[in-house]
Amino acid sequence: MSKARRILVKAVTAVLVLVAAASVTFFAQLLVPGSRATAILNQENGRAQQWTAAQLAPVNHEFGFDKPLIVQYLGYVGGLFRGNLGTSYTQFKPVTQVIGDELVPSLVLTVGGLITAWVLALAVTLLTAKRHRFTSALGSTWEALTASLPTYWVGVVLLVVFAVEIRIFPVIGGTSAWGTVLPVLTLAIPLAGFLGQVMRDEFERVLDQPFITTARTRGMGDARVRLVHALRHSVLPAITLSGWALGALVSGAVIVENLFGRPGIGQVLVTAVNTRDVPVVSGIVLVVAAVYVIANLLVDLVYALVDPRLRGAS
Amino acid sequence: MTTVAVPGASALARLRDVRFRIRPGTAVSSLIVLVLLVAVIAPSVLTHRSPTAIDLEHTLLPPSLSHPFGTDDAGRDLYTRVVYGARESLGIGLGATALAMGIAIILGFTGGLAGGIVDTVIARVLEVAFAFPVLLLALLLIAIRGPSVTTVIVAVGIGSAPGYARMVRGQVLAVRNADYVTAAGALGHRRSAVIRRHLFPNAMRPLVAVITLGIGQSIVWASGLAFLGLGVAPPSPEWGALLSAGRMYITTSWWLEIMPGMVIVLVALAVTSLGRTMQHQLEGAAR
Amino acid sequence: MTAAAEATKELTNVTATGTPLLHVENLRVSFGDAEVVKGISFTTRVGRCLAIVGESGSGKSVTARTLVGLTGPNSLVRADRIDLAGLDLTRQSERSWRAIRGREIGFILQDALVSLDQLRLVGDEITEPLKLHGWGTRASRRERAVELLGSVGVPEPEVKVRQRPYELSGGLRQRALIASAIALDPKLVVADEPTTALDVTIQAQVLDLLAESKVRGRSIILISHDLSVVARLADEVIVMRGGEVLEQGPAHQVLHQPRHEYTQALLDAIPSEHTRGVRLVRPAAADSAVRRTRQPIDRDSPVLEARHLTKVFRGPDKVDRTVVDDVSFELLAGETLGIVGESGSGKTTTARIALALLQPTSGEMLLHRQQWSALSPAQRRPLRKRIGVIYQDPLSSFDPRWPTGRIITDALRTGSRPPSSGAEARTRAVRLLEQVGLGERHLDSAPLRLSGGQRQRVAIARALAPEPEVIVCDEPVSALDVSIQAQVLDLLTDLQDELGVSYLFISHDLGVIHHVSDRILVMKEGRVVESGAADDVFERPRDPYTQRLLTALPRLAQA
Repeated sequence: MSKARRILVKAVTAVLVLVAAASVTFFAQLLVPGSRATAILNQENGRAQQWTAAQLAPVNHEFGFDKPLIVQYLGYVGGLFRGNLGTSYTQFKPVTQVIGDELVPSLVLTVGGLITAWVLALAVTLLTAKRHRFTSALGSTWEALTASLPTYWVGVVLLVVFAVEIRIFPVIGGTSAWGTVLPVLTLAIPLAGFLGQVMRDEFERVLDQPFITTARTRGMGDARVRLVHALRHSVLPAITLSGWALGALVSGAVIVENLFGRPGIGQVLVTAVNTRDVPVVSGIVLVVAAVYVIANLLVDLVYALVDPRLRGAS
Repeated sequence: MTTVAVPGASALARLRDVRFRIRPGTAVSSLIVLVLLVAVIAPSVLTHRSPTAIDLEHTLLPPSLSHPFGTDDAGRDLYTRVVYGARESLGIGLGATALAMGIAIILGFTGGLAGGIVDTVIARVLEVAFAFPVLLLALLLIAIRGPSVTTVIVAVGIGSAPGYARMVRGQVLAVRNADYVTAAGALGHRRSAVIRRHLFPNAMRPLVAVITLGIGQSIVWASGLAFLGLGVAPPSPEWGALLSAGRMYITTSWWLEIMPGMVIVLVALAVTSLGRTMQHQLEGAAR
Repeated sequence: MTAAAEATKELTNVTATGTPLLHVENLRVSFGDAEVVKGISFTTRVGRCLAIVGESGSGKSVTARTLVGLTGPNSLVRADRIDLAGLDLTRQSERSWRAIRGREIGFILQDALVSLDQLRLVGDEITEPLKLHGWGTRASRRERAVELLGSVGVPEPEVKVRQRPYELSGGLRQRALIASAIALDPKLVVADEPTTALDVTIQAQVLDLLAESKVRGRSIILISHDLSVVARLADEVIVMRGGEVLEQGPAHQVLHQPRHEYTQALLDAIPSEHTRGVRLVRPAAADSAVRRTRQPIDRDSPVLEARHLTKVFRGPDKVDRTVVDDVSFELLAGETLGIVGESGSGKTTTARIALALLQPTSGEMLLHRQQWSALSPAQRRPLRKRIGVIYQDPLSSFDPRWPTGRIITDALRTGSRPPSSGAEARTRAVRLLEQVGLGERHLDSAPLRLSGGQRQRVAIARALAPEPEVIVCDEPVSALDVSIQAQVLDLLTDLQDELGVSYLFISHDLGVIHHVSDRILVMKEGRVVESGAADDVFERPRDPYTQRLLTALPRLAQA
């Protein structure tokens, strides 16, 4: 299959995945107990009660709930392609507007977290993989530990230690560069542990391969062997995981923004969940799904760059 | 040395082959899990106080000998509350994991065994499911149904299922293509017998570690939701609820947030590590 | 001047053929408590090849790696002398080794697919030693790489240099590996099993390349388990076992008039046309081999018949590949039909069709003159006990959780006389184990704890349990050491003599095939290019491919 054709296939698959995801969120909205109109009116009035059909009718009409289901579905999915994610139940604004500006700081946080995680994982792996027993054990224990830490735990510890006790960083940093350090670290450390484990396992496996011995027999020193030969092979699985990791980082971002009082979609999301504003939540979920899908496409590209075996048709 | 031919001889032989290497990590993990189980079954063994005993003269005390985890804003001993919260937290963890693994096994085995179009459909479904991070899916469900213990269990269960399903499916596919499965077919065994005697046991085996990992992760996810104020609500002593309650005191009374968090982390680590050790033992015995 | 440069400056100029180059005296290597090389001594000479021969565990590979200072972690190396033309190799630091490796001593590993970095360009792999030792400029290095690749016989070297190893064929890859090892024209080249995993024809080309290198004045140390490969190249031979040298001397003496019984046993164990009809393992103190007592072959009742089998696979790129092309054969009761071919010949696929694990695209297989491949799986199942199978890797064909006893009793239950009780199953399992040379004590063993030869015996016992008439042997001895291989082949022939079972024997090893087969099929790219009685095919081959295979086969007779 030619390269162009493969890219096309991947792009089409990505779009289909998004459509499927959108279908899930659409039908999720139908699961709201009672009717959606009831939920909206309850929110508006701050209390849960039964509403008469006459009271529900205008709400139903305004949001389009009185149309046949298939029309609603197609309208929803069609709207997505035009960038319309629906209307918020509580703010009566388009969801895209609600999410709008808040997306950028979250993306900054997430991408920053991924990059930092990679740097940390690479450093620990290169320094401690397959060396003296103590060093190796130290490295792998550190990774196992950090990989299992929940995001909020890392955040709280970092907050208490570095912002409250030793006042290096601000407790609530907003989007300032200095105030972004702790949130990014909070996201990066557990992911670095996870990626590091994967990298290390592969690194150690690769160092046992014959082609490494061949390099040594040519007179190559240990440090160069690791950098020139082993590294490229061992980052492959970690690259594959990075696509998924980006999606997982968004979950973490929600918590981190909440904890550090940072503006971003995390705040929007939590508020929306509290107010049962399903369209906003769905919208965010879909945006994240889109980010995940795009991230995976990019990951495939990067992987093919690093491992040319996948480039040509074999 | 003569061996007696009893039906369970192979199982006994396997037990003999298991080498119990006592490593410090395993010992510590086992201890933690043991303490956890005691906390769940008989909390009064670990603490004489009551989790609801309010003492307004001793509010917000830092950790000390009499209050190892300090006290909260109502003077309740935090350590006691953590002990009593174990039951609910572990319950959530087990419930969510059971749900997740149930879904994962059904999807993974159906796809792996059936092959063809069924497997392709399931693989695509999983691909879509992966686009939803666990926490976000859980939040979506909570937005729809409102926060409650059941919703949390269902949310975390459904959210984490795709990851396990992919693992199970991969395992089933690997075993299905294994030489010993082909050999069994070549011997003349019926397909159903091959699935029952070879495929299922060998595919399920690595999942022991996955299940314990799942329990640890579920507890973490549930508490994460509570941290956001969307899980189990205070004044329940459930660990997540404790996290939620302690948030406003982070800068002043750090122990209210750090202590329950530490317990969650330790339990998750211990359960996962023990699971991995059990996994290695099982594989070591049979290999 | 750096210590490394100092060290290499001391090397005296040696050019005359036959001059001693490397002196090794009393080399001892241990890993922890275990001593793996127990005091061996040898000398290599300019323009000559020294072969170190041994089976697994003999210490030959460790010796090879010690010569370049890559013995491995936790090792202790001691020697009275390791001297490369004046350069003392016992007193080198890791730093000084780096100057020596690649420049004074070249090393060739086996299987270029895993011994070259697949992610890098072939050219980069070849220029690497040049770059490491500060040779030339980037442009001149690139030119040199093309030159080197051409000199080892790779066509279109300027194109291949920009490709990656996996894009080259097996033979070209191995040549590229050799090119990178001799890039700096080292005086001494150590080749560790350089021809294993290669097809016979390619193996011959690689050996020719090494021979050429020898003529040009290089000293070669060849590590191998294959005595016929050694015969092609070696001037001097050392036989090792368990870390010790058992025999040492000029090649023609060691290989034709060996003094040690182990060497003699190794030579006897090599299956070939000379060993047809005899057992490979001789009882101690016997002068000649024991002849087999064959059962008569019934020409009228073919057990297995293949008629115009064709199998076409559709690859993921939608290209159809014909893996088996119009293959027909007949297997008679009590005989062995050998199918020989190189990789990609379709022999394994044919075996799988014979076992009905694969359906042919067209053509049919008959078992005892009745439908076999055309049956439905349900109809076929009760007949499966008539045809058994032995795989190349027995371990992967055993359920990892099952002990040996269960593997065998499970197979017993599929036979025509399934055991009626647990006790009977056990007794019969023990009897089968004894028949294959194991014992009751192996009943509870996990296959993982058994040696390669023992595992294959268990596999044979399992195949025999249902009392089949035919056993398909798919490369059953390819992964075994020569002496173990001989034992297993003897076992198979003994069982055939005793039980009258027929074998469909698949192998790439011509010697093995010639030894066991009554009739032979030669396959190439899916077609049968030659068939007939074993001696006819080997002594009077008609097809040019068969002729090429046979000339390429390294024979012990040359020396």
